[in-house]
Amino acid sequence: MSTNANAEPFIVKDCALLNIATGKKARNLKEMRDHLQNIPLGSIYNHFWGGLLRHRFDEPEYNNDFAEWVRYSLQDNVLAERLSIIDPAAFADLESLRQELLEVIEQRLDETEMITWAKIDMQFHFVDSQIIVFDTREKIEEPEQLVEAVPKMSEGSLFYHFIDARRRSPEMMDDFRLWLRPCGDRYEDLCSQLASVDPYFVSLMELRAQLTNLFAHRFQGVSG
Amino acid sequence: MTSIQDYAAVTGEDVIDRLRQIARPLRGIKVVHVNSTFVGGGVAEILSKLVPLQKDLGLDVRWEVIRGEERFFQITKSFHNALQGIPAPLGDASFKVYEETGAQNSEGLRSILEEADIVFIHDPQPLPLLRLCPNRKGKWIWRCHIDLSHPYRPLWKYLRNFVMEYDASIFSLADFSQPLPHTQYLMPPSIDPLSEKNMNLTEEEVHATKLQFGLDPDRPIMLQVSRFDRFKDPLGVVRAYRLVKPFVPALQLVLAGGGATDDPEAEAVLAEVRSEAGTDKDIHVLQLPPDAHVTINALQRGAGIVLQKSLKEGFGLTVTEVMWKGKPVIGGDTGGIRLQVVNHHTGFLVKTPEGAALRVRYLLRHPDIAHEMGRKAKELVRHNFLLTRNLREYLSIMLARMFGDPERIELEGNAVRAVTGLKTFETCTLKSSEV
Repeated sequence: MSTNANAEPFIVKDCALLNIATGKKARNLKEMRDHLQNIPLGSIYNHFWGGLLRHRFDEPEYNNDFAEWVRYSLQDNVLAERLSIIDPAAFADLESLRQELLEVIEQRLDETEMITWAKIDMQFHFVDSQIIVFDTREKIEEPEQLVEAVPKMSEGSLFYHFIDARRRSPEMMDDFRLWLRPCGDRYEDLCSQLASVDPYFVSLMELRAQLTNLFAHRFQGVSG
Repeated sequence: MTSIQDYAAVTGEDVIDRLRQIARPLRGIKVVHVNSTFVGGGVAEILSKLVPLQKDLGLDVRWEVIRGEERFFQITKSFHNALQGIPAPLGDASFKVYEETGAQNSEGLRSILEEADIVFIHDPQPLPLLRLCPNRKGKWIWRCHIDLSHPYRPLWKYLRNFVMEYDASIFSLADFSQPLPHTQYLMPPSIDPLSEKNMNLTEEEVHATKLQFGLDPDRPIMLQVSRFDRFKDPLGVVRAYRLVKPFVPALQLVLAGGGATDDPEAEAVLAEVRSEAGTDKDIHVLQLPPDAHVTINALQRGAGIVLQKSLKEGFGLTVTEVMWKGKPVIGGDTGGIRLQVVNHHTGFLVKTPEGAALRVRYLLRHPDIAHEMGRKAKELVRHNFLLTRNLREYLSIMLARMFGDPERIELEGNAVRAVTGLKTFETCTLKSSEV
């Protein structure tokens, strides 16, 4: 008997980002503030989330490109810490995220008497991106199959279904919850657990492990 | 001839499947790449691989080369240097030769270029062709392989007029992009893991190559492979070697490079390097022919220490090649080398011969660490800098241009959906038969 009241299979996609230079660059905090006021929202998205699709060797000290640039190019540890704690998933839309960034930077500008300049080859380049979405031709018919399917998902698939999904759905929800929701109360606990997974502070490989663990626990009663 | 399927053994089947998906709606479109040489240099090398693979995926692709007198190539070499920040005495006479050569080439290429759906113009040499093809019907994209971060302004002001008329441009790094009135894609170049330069070799082949060039196989080798070009700082490498030599008397230095047909300055730099090497029998300056791919491969595999101590670098494909062979690289802290050499992870970034010498001594003293860094280097290349990734980006750009540069391109079966707007989902669909 099907446990999926939705009856629509979960279509597994994959994705890649194509980076686009905006031509805007900043050498100090005022320039960054000025550009942030008008930069395309896609660029803000890219500097918060795009790093997840880049290959990493260790845990990044800061979770977004703005904080990293402020720390290593302007040597401003205070602002780097304030920027790094901004969680983009907590904002209703990218415009609100832009306003929060501006608020934090404005506050720092108020506190600072001297403007620090980055070296000429350490400027911040605002980069936007286009997303290319691929069809993997894989389908998940029943929620229980998530236990087998998620560990096989590429990093691009995880990015698309767990991170990009929030940009696509009006509810800012990942694709797993959107798929399980029509099943009503049956998976309410699972959806709550999925909602509590914060993708911002983990790599995509760690995210895959967390999701695998969660689905295994729910459907097989085991934790990985 | 290598086919796209051959790459599955290195990249996995998924990567090849994605390439086929993205190429499907582009089948049959006419694509032309234009540059200034068939041999020598990174651009020709990339095109010699990309063009056959794009054909294999069903696109109707041509590779055309512009021709010119020696004076033209001297001028465009000066352009190359000036665009990387070295002031050059260029004036109207130079610009006249440049534009006249463009006009001469346009006579033979016009019909091909005007009929093309997509034209990629590589580097500044063929830039004027767009203006000379008034009945062009396709999209024209300028692919800049040069470090344009701090161009000599008078020259860029002149060339910018040509670039502005293009539909889009592609730069290797964000740092190289310039204020332009069109979309600027970012695309680091890549290496071909199956090419003669990067394929696996036996220990016997590597050993034989060392003997062929009079190297002692039992003593450490420090290597830089690059064109004899001042931006590659071969004299700085000799200086670094001399700083290490007192501590490692057995050390041998190999500077291996070749000329490209569009680089008349190479002879002068080669003479300077030979003069600097003097009578030191442990310095081996090798001038290799453009097709010495297996030799370069063997030298890279046989070297204990590899440098790319460039002062300016568009990207630095020799860095990628070495990293793919599981070795760390001591690289100049500039341009695209920064994208590849993750300091203390896949190698070291240095600014001076002294810095290079320090890292050479460190790696010679810590072979285990060098081995681990080499492993990471290979993984970095596998994820980011293989030809298949480059191919995917070229195809993505073609699709994006044909669909009006949407925020998202979704591929599903034979359909392509272009979506712009975060929540509006305005879509259009194009079947392959309509392309």
